[in-house]
Amino acid sequence: MNYALWFQLASPEIVLSISSLVLLLIAAWGGVQSSRLVSILTVTALFGALALSFNFLLNPSFAEGADAFYGQYRMDRFASLSKILVFLSAIGCIIVAPKFFARGNLMRPEYPILVLFATIGMGLMVSAVDLLTLYVGLEMQSLAAYVLASFLRSDDRSAEAGLKYFVLGALASGILLFGLSLLYGFTGTTSFIGIQTAFGDGVSTGALFGIVFVLSGLAFKISAVPFHMWTPDVYEGAPTPVTTFFATAPKVAAMALTMRVAIEAFGGQQAVWQQIVIFVALASIILGGVAAIGQQNIKRLLAYSSINNIGFILIGLATGTEAGASAMMTYLIIYVAMTLGSFICVLDLNDREGRPVEEISKLAGLSKTRPGLAAALAVFMFSLAGIPPLFGFWGKFVVFDAAVAAGLIPLAAIGIAASVIGAFYYLKVVKVMYFDEPADVIAPSDSAARMALVTLTALFVSPLGYFATLALSPVTAGAAKALFWAA
Amino acid sequence: MNELGFPILSLMLAVPMAASIACLFVGANAARWIALLATLIDFALGIVLWMHFDIGGVQWQFVEKAALFDRFSWALGIDGIALMLIMLSVFLMPICIGASWEAIQTRVGEYMAAFLLMEVLMIGVFAAQDIFLFYIFFEAGLIPMYLIIGIWGGANRIYASYKFFLFTLLGSVLMLIAMFWMVNEAGTSDIPTLMAYDFPVEAQAWLWLAFFASFAVKMPMWPVHTWLPDAHVQAPTAGSVILAGVLLKMGGYGFIRFSLPMFPEASVDYMWLVLALSMVAVVYTSLIALVQSDMKKLIAYSSVAHMAIVTVGLFAFNRQGLEGALVVMLSHGLVSGALFLCVGVIYDRLHTREIDRYGGLSINMPRYALLFLLFTMASIGLPGTSGFVGEFLSLVGVYEVSSWAAIVCTTGIILGAAYMLYLYRRVAYGVIKSDDVAAMPDLNKREIALLLPIALVVLWMGVYPESFMAPMRKDVGALEARLASVKPAGDAQVKMGKAPVLMPAAHAEEGHH
Repeated sequence: MNYALWFQLASPEIVLSISSLVLLLIAAWGGVQSSRLVSILTVTALFGALALSFNFLLNPSFAEGADAFYGQYRMDRFASLSKILVFLSAIGCIIVAPKFFARGNLMRPEYPILVLFATIGMGLMVSAVDLLTLYVGLEMQSLAAYVLASFLRSDDRSAEAGLKYFVLGALASGILLFGLSLLYGFTGTTSFIGIQTAFGDGVSTGALFGIVFVLSGLAFKISAVPFHMWTPDVYEGAPTPVTTFFATAPKVAAMALTMRVAIEAFGGQQAVWQQIVIFVALASIILGGVAAIGQQNIKRLLAYSSINNIGFILIGLATGTEAGASAMMTYLIIYVAMTLGSFICVLDLNDREGRPVEEISKLAGLSKTRPGLAAALAVFMFSLAGIPPLFGFWGKFVVFDAAVAAGLIPLAAIGIAASVIGAFYYLKVVKVMYFDEPADVIAPSDSAARMALVTLTALFVSPLGYFATLALSPVTAGAAKALFWAA
Repeated sequence: MNELGFPILSLMLAVPMAASIACLFVGANAARWIALLATLIDFALGIVLWMHFDIGGVQWQFVEKAALFDRFSWALGIDGIALMLIMLSVFLMPICIGASWEAIQTRVGEYMAAFLLMEVLMIGVFAAQDIFLFYIFFEAGLIPMYLIIGIWGGANRIYASYKFFLFTLLGSVLMLIAMFWMVNEAGTSDIPTLMAYDFPVEAQAWLWLAFFASFAVKMPMWPVHTWLPDAHVQAPTAGSVILAGVLLKMGGYGFIRFSLPMFPEASVDYMWLVLALSMVAVVYTSLIALVQSDMKKLIAYSSVAHMAIVTVGLFAFNRQGLEGALVVMLSHGLVSGALFLCVGVIYDRLHTREIDRYGGLSINMPRYALLFLLFTMASIGLPGTSGFVGEFLSLVGVYEVSSWAAIVCTTGIILGAAYMLYLYRRVAYGVIKSDDVAAMPDLNKREIALLLPIALVVLWMGVYPESFMAPMRKDVGALEARLASVKPAGDAQVKMGKAPVLMPAAHAEEGHH
C-alpha cells in the first residue's frame, strides 16, 4: 500500500478533479460573466494534466507502468498516450466554443466544466483495469456528454439530441452492466487480469453472453454498426463544438477501453471475440460508406465518416496482435487530427448573419470565396478517404499491414475495397467546393483561433505528417506493448 | 551519394514541388512563367541525367536512400527503363504548360500547381525504389488529375472525374494488400531486392492478380478501359496529353517493374488472359474508333488499342517483345500527346471536337495539316516514324509465343490505319464546309514551338531508335534472363535459318577413304 505513489500515478485525473470542483464554485458565484475565466482555467488545468501524462509517457522510470488502488487503476504508456489524445481533443473543443456560443449569448461557464467532467471520466476509462472502474469512468463521461448534447436548451434539435443520446446511452449502459454482472458471476472477479486467468481453461456459455453484452455496450460507445443509429442524429443536433468533442475524445477513450477489455480481460480467448469484431468492423466500414452518400448535412456526413473510420480502427483490433494495437493507436492519433480539423472547418462555415451553415450544397464554390478553408477541408476529406500522399493514408496503411501480417487477408481485402465506397462521398464534398459555381453564402472567418487550429491539423495530415512517423512509431509501439503486459 | 555528387532525382522532384506551392500564391501570368521555368529546369536536369547515365553500367544508377519514414524509406534510383520514361515526362511537361498558356484563363495558379504536382508524382513513380514510396506516388496522382478534369474540364467533367478517380482507386487498393504480403514475406520493401525474390508459386497467382487489377485499369486494358474515353474527352488539352502521354505508361511500367520480374511463373500462367484481353482490345477498340464522331474520343480509343500492343509485347517474354513494348510506350506517349495537341489547336479555334464540323483544313492551315499528317502516320506505324519500330518489334516478339495473337494484333494495325486515315481525310482533306472553318488561322509560333519538338523526336525515334533503346538494353536483358526459365514454348517455333551446307559431312568422310 503506497498512497503517495498511487496518487502520483493518478495525478492527471486528480489535478482535473480538483480543478473542476474549484471551477464549479467559481462558476456558481461568478455567473455567466465568468465563462471566459473558467474556460481559460480549464484549458490551463488540461494542459497541466497533459504535461503529467507526457511525463508518464516519456520518462523511462515509468516505462513499466504500475497498478494503483488495489488493481483498480493502471498507469502505463497505453493509458498515457490515450489520455494525451483525449486532453488535446478536449482543449481544442473548449478553445473553439466561445465564438460559436457568442451568437445569441449562450456561452455558459458550465460548458468547459462539463467537458472537464467528461474528460475525467475518460481518463478513468483508459486507465481502467477493473470492471468497476470501467463502468464508473464510462458513466461519468456519458452523463456529462448527455448534458453537453442538449447544451443549447432553447434549440429543439439540441434538446432532441440530448434526449436521444440519453435514452439510447442508458440502454447501452444497461446492456454493458448486464454483461459485466454476467462476467463477474461466471468468473468470480472484476479485475481484467483475474478474468483473463479465469478464462484460461475455456469460456462458459454464461461468460460468453457476458462477453457479447460487454462488447455490444462498448460498440455503442464507439458508434460501431449495428449500434451506430444514434450517431448521425446526435452529431447533427448537438451544438457543433460539442459534436467536435463527441467525435474525438470519447471515441478515443471508448476505443482504448475496448482495446483493454478485449486484449487484457478477454485476451486468452481471442477466437471468441474475433469474429464479432470482424463483423462489426466490416459492417461499420460498409454502412459508414453507403449511408453517407445521400447525406445533405455536413455534420451527418462526418458522423457516418466517423462510423466508417471506427470500422478501419477495429480491423486493427481484429488482429489481436501487438502490431494491430500499435496500428490502432496510430490511426487514432491521425483520426483525432482529421476529425478535429474537419469539424473546426465546419464551425467556420457561417453565413453573413453569423448563422452556422451545415448544408453541403451551400459550400458550392467555396474554393473561390474562401480558398484557404476549402483547401484545408479538401485535405481533410482526401485524408479521411485515405488517399496518399495525405497522412490519413498512413493510418490505413499500418492497420492493413497489421491485418495482413496477422493473416487476415480476406478481411483486409474486403475492408480496403470497401474504402472506395467512402471515397465517393468525400469526393462529393471536394466536388461541391471546387467544381460547382460559387453559392457565395459563407462569410469570411472571424476567429483566428479556429484558423490556427485548422492550419495546425491540416499541416499534420498533409504529407508533412510522414516525417512524424519515425517519432510516432516508437510511441505507439510502446503503448501497444504496455497493453500486452500480462500476455 | 551518386555519380553527380548531388541528389539529382530528389532535386527533380523538389523543383516542381516548390514551383507548385509558389504558383498557389501568385497571379495568373506569374504562375504561367513559374510553371514554364520549373518544367524547363526539370527538362534540363533530365538531359543531365541522360548524359551521365552510364549505358551498360550498373543496373541502378543515381541511387539515393534516406531513412526518413517508418517502415519505408526515401529510396530513389533509376535504370534505363525508368530513365526513358522520366525523359518522356519531363519532355512533355513544358509542352503541356505551353498548351495551357492561352486555353486556361480561370484559376491559372491552381491549374499550374496541379500540373507541377503531377510532374512530381510522375517522376516519383518512375524513380521510386521502395515499393511503398512507389504506391504513394502512384496513387497520389489521382488527386491532381481529379481536380484538373473536374475544374477545367468540359461539359460532362464531373462524371468523368468521378469515374476516373473511383475506377483507378478501386483497381489499386488491392495492390496495396498484395504489397503488404510481399514485404512481410520478403522482409524488405526495396524494389530491386523484391525483383530478385522468388515468391512461392501458389502465392504468385494471387499477387499477380492484385497487381494486374491495378495496372490493367491504369493501362487501360479492355474491359476496364471505359474510364479513359470519358476522362480524355472531358479533360483540358494538356490534361489529355499528360494522361495519354505519361499516366497510361505507369501501367506498362508496373508490368515491367513488378508483375513480370516478381511473379514470373504467374505471369506465364496468366499469359493467355493478357493476350486474350489484348487481342479483343486491339480489334474491338479499333472498330469503335472507326465510328467515333468526336476527335478526342477517337484518339482515346486508339490509345487503348496501342496499349494492347504494349501488353502483348510485354507478355511475349522475349527481347523483341519487351523492347518493342517499351518503344511503343515511348512512341505512343509522344504521338498521342501530339495528336491531342493537334485536336487542342483546332478546338481552341472552333470550340468543337465534332469531326464533321471540320474539313479541308489543308487548304487554309497547311502547316497544321503537315504536322497532323506526320503524327497520323506515326500513329499508324509508318516506317520511318517511331510507331513502326515499336509495333514491329512487339509483333515479332509475340509471334514467337502465339502466332494467333500476332495475327489478330496485326489486323489491329490495319484497322488503325483505317481509322486514322479516315480521321485525317475528314479533317484535312475535302472542301471547306463553312465560313468559320475557313477563317481559322494556321499555327502560330507558340503552337509550332509545341508541336515541332515532338515531330523531330518522333522522326528521330523512327530513324535511329538506337539512341532510345541503348539505355534500356541491359535492363531488358536482365528481365529476359529472369524470365528465361519459365518462358513458354510458343506455337510458332521460330528458328534461325541455316545456311545450306555445300558438302555433306558423310560425303566428305567418304572422300577421305
